[in-house]
Amino acid sequence: MMQTRQRTLTGWGRTAPTSARVLSAQTPEAIAEAVRTAGQRGILARGLGRAYGDAAQNAGGLVVDMTGLARIHSMDADRGVADVDAGVSLDTLMRAALPFGLWVPVLPGTRQVTVGGAIAADIHGKNHHVEGSFGNHVLSVDLVTADGEIRTITPDGPEAELFWATVGGMGLTGIVVRARVRLKPTETAYFVVDTERATDLDDLMARLSDHDDDYTYSVAWFDSVTTGPSMGRAVLTRGWAARREHLPRKLRRQPLRFDAPQLFTVPPVVPSGLLNRFTARAFNELWYRRAPTERRGEVQNITTFFHPLDMVGRWNRLYGPRGFLQYQFVVPFGAQDSFRRCVRAIAGSGQVSCLNVLKRFGDGNPAPLSFPIPGWTLAVDIPVGRGVAELCARLDELVLAAGGRVYLAKDSRVDAETLARMYPRIDEWRKVRAAADPQGVFTSDLARRLAL
Amino acid sequence: MIDAVGTPQSLLILGGTSEIGLAVAERFAATRPLRVVLAARPSQRVDEAAARLRGLGCEVSALAFDARAPLTHAEVVDKAFADGDIDVTLVAFGVLGDQERAWTDLDAALELAEVNYTAAVSVGVLVGAKLAAQGHGSLIALSSVAGERARRSNFVYGSTKAGMDAFYTGLTEALRPAGVHVAVVRPGFVRTRMTEGLKPAPLSVTPEQVAEVIVDAVRTRRELVWVPPPLRYVMSLLRHLPRAVFRRLPV
Repeated sequence: MMQTRQRTLTGWGRTAPTSARVLSAQTPEAIAEAVRTAGQRGILARGLGRAYGDAAQNAGGLVVDMTGLARIHSMDADRGVADVDAGVSLDTLMRAALPFGLWVPVLPGTRQVTVGGAIAADIHGKNHHVEGSFGNHVLSVDLVTADGEIRTITPDGPEAELFWATVGGMGLTGIVVRARVRLKPTETAYFVVDTERATDLDDLMARLSDHDDDYTYSVAWFDSVTTGPSMGRAVLTRGWAARREHLPRKLRRQPLRFDAPQLFTVPPVVPSGLLNRFTARAFNELWYRRAPTERRGEVQNITTFFHPLDMVGRWNRLYGPRGFLQYQFVVPFGAQDSFRRCVRAIAGSGQVSCLNVLKRFGDGNPAPLSFPIPGWTLAVDIPVGRGVAELCARLDELVLAAGGRVYLAKDSRVDAETLARMYPRIDEWRKVRAAADPQGVFTSDLARRLAL
Repeated sequence: MIDAVGTPQSLLILGGTSEIGLAVAERFAATRPLRVVLAARPSQRVDEAAARLRGLGCEVSALAFDARAPLTHAEVVDKAFADGDIDVTLVAFGVLGDQERAWTDLDAALELAEVNYTAAVSVGVLVGAKLAAQGHGSLIALSSVAGERARRSNFVYGSTKAGMDAFYTGLTEALRPAGVHVAVVRPGFVRTRMTEGLKPAPLSVTPEQVAEVIVDAVRTRRELVWVPPPLRYVMSLLRHLPRAVFRRLPV
């Protein structure tokens, strides 16, 4: 009999808790066995729980904690390929790859995601406009399918359809147990960064449109509470991987060295309303003012450039007991007006958001449920409270009308009909999934909510 | 599933003609139409309620449910959950009756006890098991401030509500590890069919006001609420009054 534990689970946003039996998996065979005996309410893989909503929950069913399946099988420095278990985090992978002069090609806003989760959500990072999303860099996947078999699938092999349905498929085609990921060579663990301020939304979008492709990495933080002429004022940070000669002498001795400071961890009990209109306004003001008007060629380390939030453990607790949601959407290029209306709706809503990210996406990939399409993407974190449902519904309308979509890894509240209209290739995905898993053995709270 | 902002996809009303229950359904439907199961004795009123909710875009089904026939409850609850998970369940049935008859006439007393207490416990056990198996959901029990301290004027009703209130308060704790949210709602005087002809007590409310508090309790996963909310403090005071004083109050 499998060793399971009843646990109440939520996503990173700490909303909508549900209960499931959790199995800590150590081997692919144990997972295959669990799939064959999953029972009525199905089975789902869970990684580090960084999806904001209900993607890694399976109420009343079985959830496989994948973090125990975390071996790095090999690292081929010449060909730049890592062969890893699905439960390996990008943090672990990055630390293991750096001494070989290799770099994880796609890193999201945190390194605390597993490789399996990165594939299931087809995550993206600051380099999407030139290097695409995580699925673009996966060479093969070992997938436990509904029949309890382990299949190796590749992006252009005989089961390419299943591969691309698995990329961005939110864990609903099977359980990824192992993957080969292409890494890229790097000389250092540092970045050369240009920082500049944009005085309003139009200035920001103009700056991003003009020079984005000169940079490998590009992202903007914008002020989401200020309305009026300065609405959308922002701080752009863009850069490249530093080469050895870019580094100051002190750093040159160990160019691939990496430390990840964690300053403190937020305690479990934080009062509701710590983040209110006043503190959020102050934070937004400070974050904007703190940045230099313009600074070129600064050398920054990984944490500063990529993952400032990783410096604070469990920062999601700051939003208080009712939790928060992240609204991330993309609208195609050409829909700038809709984009502006969305920003206006957010800034004028009176909702408070501090983590506001804006970026240009490049081309998408063949995965039907992959989020990125060429266009403008924006993400805001909003504590759950009065008016949030209405604001999000309003944004859904604007996004839909502009031919855009929301990101399933962040979503926790969109409805099935809206989602289907946002992802026009959803039936294509459903067909592949129905063929691979006719009984719907793989399921989640998200799948139930969205009738996937 | 109930989403991050507290919007459910399905609702079961036990006592499907309850004005409070229907007000809750309408309130949820205003955000997003949902699947509603009305469990009640078949009547024209059920049909009218179903038609009204369908008009709001809801998918409605009706189930024959008799609170006084506990042996049939398991079948009713099975049917209610047959079409998929139920996100929110309202235990909204109850009788008030003539309070002087209620303590002098055996049949009247037993009816109150059976409907308000026995049946509430019966569906609590059955629905609780379903919710624990699905690993999520909200179970809302309509109690009453009358159960907080029995008054001479309606102590039989009050005693049944006190019993069901205590049962659901305990169920709150028992079902929490299973991921299930249970809430006990204590309204004061609600102006409904049930209280027609009675003189409204101070702080009386409409079914819509009760519905607003219930919808909010689902959103916030609060476990004990009063309607109107200030009644909490009034009742806290009344509970602690000496009998000699309490007896003389004009309430």
